[in-house]
Formats: sequence, structure tokens, C-alpha cells
Amino acid sequence: MASPAETPHELGVIHDIGFRHYTGPRLGRDYLLRSLYGESLKGAYGLGRSAKSKVLPFLLLAVMVLPALIIAVVAGATNADKLPVAYSRYAINLSVVISVYLASQSPASVSRDLRFRVMPLYFSRPLSRNDYVLAKFAAMASALFIVMGTPLLVLYVGALLDKLSFWTQTRGFVGALIGISLLSALLSAIGLLIASITPKRGFGVAAVITVLILLSLVSASLQQVALNRNNDSLSGYFGLISPFGLVDSVQAWVLSEHRPRGTVPPGATGGVVALFVTLAVIATCYSLLILRYRKVSAS
Amino acid sequence: MMISIGDLTKRYGPVTALDHLSFEIQPGIVGLVGANGAGKSTLIKILLGLLPATSGRAHVLGLDVTTEGPQIRQRVGYMPEHDCLPADVSATDFVLHLARMSGLPMSAARERTADTLRHVGLYEERYRAIGGYSTGMKQRVKLAQALVHDPGMLLLDEPTNGLDPAGRDQMLELLRRIGTDFGIPMLVTSHLLGELEQICDHVVVVDGGRLLRSSATADVTSASRIIAVEVDERADELAAVLRSGGLTVHPAGRQLEIELLGDATYDAVRDAVANLGLGLLRMERRRHRMAEIFRVDPSLAYGEGSPDGVAR
Repeated sequence: MASPAETPHELGVIHDIGFRHYTGPRLGRDYLLRSLYGESLKGAYGLGRSAKSKVLPFLLLAVMVLPALIIAVVAGATNADKLPVAYSRYAINLSVVISVYLASQSPASVSRDLRFRVMPLYFSRPLSRNDYVLAKFAAMASALFIVMGTPLLVLYVGALLDKLSFWTQTRGFVGALIGISLLSALLSAIGLLIASITPKRGFGVAAVITVLILLSLVSASLQQVALNRNNDSLSGYFGLISPFGLVDSVQAWVLSEHRPRGTVPPGATGGVVALFVTLAVIATCYSLLILRYRKVSAS
Repeated sequence: MMISIGDLTKRYGPVTALDHLSFEIQPGIVGLVGANGAGKSTLIKILLGLLPATSGRAHVLGLDVTTEGPQIRQRVGYMPEHDCLPADVSATDFVLHLARMSGLPMSAARERTADTLRHVGLYEERYRAIGGYSTGMKQRVKLAQALVHDPGMLLLDEPTNGLDPAGRDQMLELLRRIGTDFGIPMLVTSHLLGELEQICDHVVVVDGGRLLRSSATADVTSASRIIAVEVDERADELAAVLRSGGLTVHPAGRQLEIELLGDATYDAVRDAVANLGLGLLRMERRRHRMAEIFRVDPSLAYGEGSPDGVAR
């Protein structure tokens, strides 16, 4: 069917090989969403882009995975009876790497379409503005899930090869996957909202990293003040200011895990509050993102 | 009816972008001419169903822009006036992605992307990042993304913008091929009347959001009673011979303009050229140029309402 395509040609000369009209199916909303999701997810790792844009995402992925590999190997070599780090704490401990990934890739996803004014090409097609936001959000969350999930998988496989207790390991692994799902959604909503405000990639990167660092700093400082006054409960609640502390508080409650004093809000109440705040922040940022794209010009 | 507009008005606050615009056009290559700010881009956005009109109605391919926007956007290809291409992907990857965003399954999207890029004249360079392309190549990619899903109609906003004269001619020839050979009707905007007369079947002229004229190009540039003749040398001798034969002859640069009295005039010119032993480079019937017509007829310039209203 593609035989006319093989006609030899000279450079710059238009040969009349005829135009074939398309009579096949034109697929609907689900397909458009899937296509944009797939393209954006690939883009978050620089696939289908220039070689330069692959460097950072894969470097950060390597930085995420390397400690897990070392931990698994060392645990095996020393015949440890458990991993030195809890699955649920792994992403929280590497929050800086995850922040850098989000800061670099959320502008690459949405600021790019604004900067190069690609939006009119999407808007002049059947995809709706809300579906654009949905696909971009899902892609960013999936990209983050891969960044955080891959090292967990390495840890889990390593732990099983080290012949650690299957049930304990599986429980910790699956629990942590739920945690990073929540964290992926939360960070994506925040990162994309900030990045969508500016078409300038550099500003986007700086804004996202600044917001994440600022939230962590404010959270840590207030916690310190509360701890100095021996108010552990208040200190725990201050932990909710940082997105990483917020999700860790949910994890600690849901997985009934122990955390050092004053890092997470106490008891079931604290857990419920943390979960509620997490979902509320995701919903708010997502709604603002939808509103933001109502305002994006179609030309 | 390709496009049908009735009493269409669009106001942005106190600014009136479109002012009770009405026209209907049959499928073909249609030019939409107007100065910058005449309301061309606003009209295109309304036709795509992306911008609600303040009042009035508009149909594209029989679909209502207010209620059937998604269906219109599935069947129409749009080429914006401004840059809209990311620098860090290849033309192939980008057009493929947009083909899928028009609902084409992967295999069809691949095949049509390759076909379409070849039709617009992009070959080996289609695998390179768009950032390194010339303006002419970028315009071709923009056209390809509008064409890749085999639309029922194209909306092209200033496709010759930013091109040098050679690139402009190539683009116009490409549009003519798409319109006549591929059979895809299109609305092409331009602020230059002159370039559209070469390819358009029908021209709509707007100014300040109002319709100045909507008519077939054939009416506007209908054949005149003049034939133009160009020979390789001794044009003055030929003029003398023709005058002695009773024809009215005016030298016009390198050409001679001869009043056409009937088919016998062609024969007279042919015989005169042959007898003098000259090489005949050109003999064609002159067409009125649209620009001349708009210039010489002041009633067309700023008439209230529309001079001939709904054409065709």
C-alpha cells in the first residue's frame, strides 16, 4: 500500500505521485487522551526529543536507583534480616532528587507547548482543553511514579534475592507503592500548575524548585520551633506543610509505621487530616490548572 | 456550501472585530483578503468553533459552529499565522503526533505523515529537529500538520507570511495543487490581494470587520479584449506590420498589447511573426488584475454594507 512512497526523488522537487484520501476510522476521545498521555510520558524522559533532553531525566533516574542497588547488595552480603531503610521512607529520603526531576520536567511538559505556541494546534483538533490537562497530569504523575517506583522495585527484588521474609517485604513494598502514587499525584498537580503559568522554561524550573524548597524549609523551621517548646503534636502538624511530609504522614498512619517524634501528626486524627489535606491540595491545584487552560488563547 | 455566514458579529468589549458579516461560498480555493486587523483571524477562530460569536450564525461544511465545534475540528485542518512548532522534535515526530491527535490510528498516522511531508516537499530534513529549519520549511511543516488527517477543508491563516518571493510562489503553487489536484477546498487569508488572484476561485474582501466584496475570481479577473505578445527581437517591426494590417497595437515594455477583434487577430499575429522570421515567446489573452480593479473602482473601497452582497 505504501509502494508510491518508495518512488525515488530528487531533493526539492515535488513529484506528482497523487494524493490519497483517508477513508479509515477517526478515533474518539479515549484514543486522543491515550495518544497525548503516551507522547507526554515519553517526553518526560526526553524520548522522541533531542539527545540533550534525555540526559537529565535518565541521570536523575540513575541517582534514584543507585542507592537502592547498593542497599540491596549490602543487605545480601551482610545477611541482614531486614532492609536498612523502609520502602515507604525511600522516596522521602531522596526528596531532593525527586524535586529536581519535577522542576525540570513539568516545564518541559507544559511550558514548552505554551512557549512554542503549540496550543492552537491542539485546540483546533477535537481534544478539549480539560482533556489536555487530564492527559498532561496523568503523564506527569506516571513519570514521577516511574522515578520513585523503579528503585523500590530494585529494593524489593534485591530483598527477595537476599531471602528476606516474603510477606513482610511484599507488605512494605505494596504499601510504599500506594504512598508514591499519592505523592506522584500531589507533586504533579503542584508542579504543572506552577509551570503552566509561565511559557519560559527557566522561570518554570526555578519557580517549581523554589516552591518545593521553601515549603520544606518553612515546615522544618516551624517543626523545630514547636519541638523546642516540647509540642510534638504541633510539630507533627507543621510537617504537613511540605508535600513530602504530608504524604509521609499519610503513609505512617495507613501503614501503622513508626516515625521519629514530632515528624508526623499524632494518631488516627493526624492521619485523617493528612489524607484530607493531600486530597484537597491535589483537587485544588488540578482545578486551578483547568481554570488556567480556560484562559490560554487559541491563537 | 463550504462556508455560510449570516449577520455574524463579534465584539471584544468596545471593539467590533466583525460587523454583521454575511457571505456564502462554494467549495474551492477561497481567498479572504483584508488588512491586518480586518478580522480575518477572528473569523477563522469562530469558524473553528473556538470563539463564540456575539451574534449571527456560521456554518462550516454544513456544521453549526456553536453546537458542532468538535465535529468541525475533526474535519477541518488549520494552519495558524504565527510560529507553532516546537524546536526540539523532528517534523516526522511532530506531524505524526498531531495526526494521532486528529484521531488517526498509529499505522495510518505513520503512513499519512510520510506521504504528507513528501507532498509539501520535505524529504531527508524531516528527520532533523524543527529548530534548525528555514522559514519556508517551517511553513511546510505547518501546512503538513493541517493536511495530514485528510481534512474536508483547510483554514490557512497567512500561509505566505514571512516567505521570500520564491518561497511565496512555491507555497502558492503548493496550495493550488492541494486545491485542484488533491481536491481539498480551502479558505486562505492574506493581506495581499495580488498573490491570491493567482490561485483563488473566489475572493472575499473584508475591512474593519465588514464585507467589502465577495465574488468569483473569474468575474473579477475576467479576460479582457487585449492579447499580449512577446517576441525575441524586432518588436517594433512586428508592431508596424500589425498596424498596417489594421490592428491597434501598444508597446508595453518588452511586450506588445494588441486589441483583440476576434479569432482572426491570433492568426494575423501568427502570420506576421512567421513572415518576419521572429521567435514567438508569448501570446496570451490579458486578464484584468484584481488589484487594478479594486484600485480603479472607488465604489469598492469603502462602500456602506456590501457592494454585491452574497455572491454565487
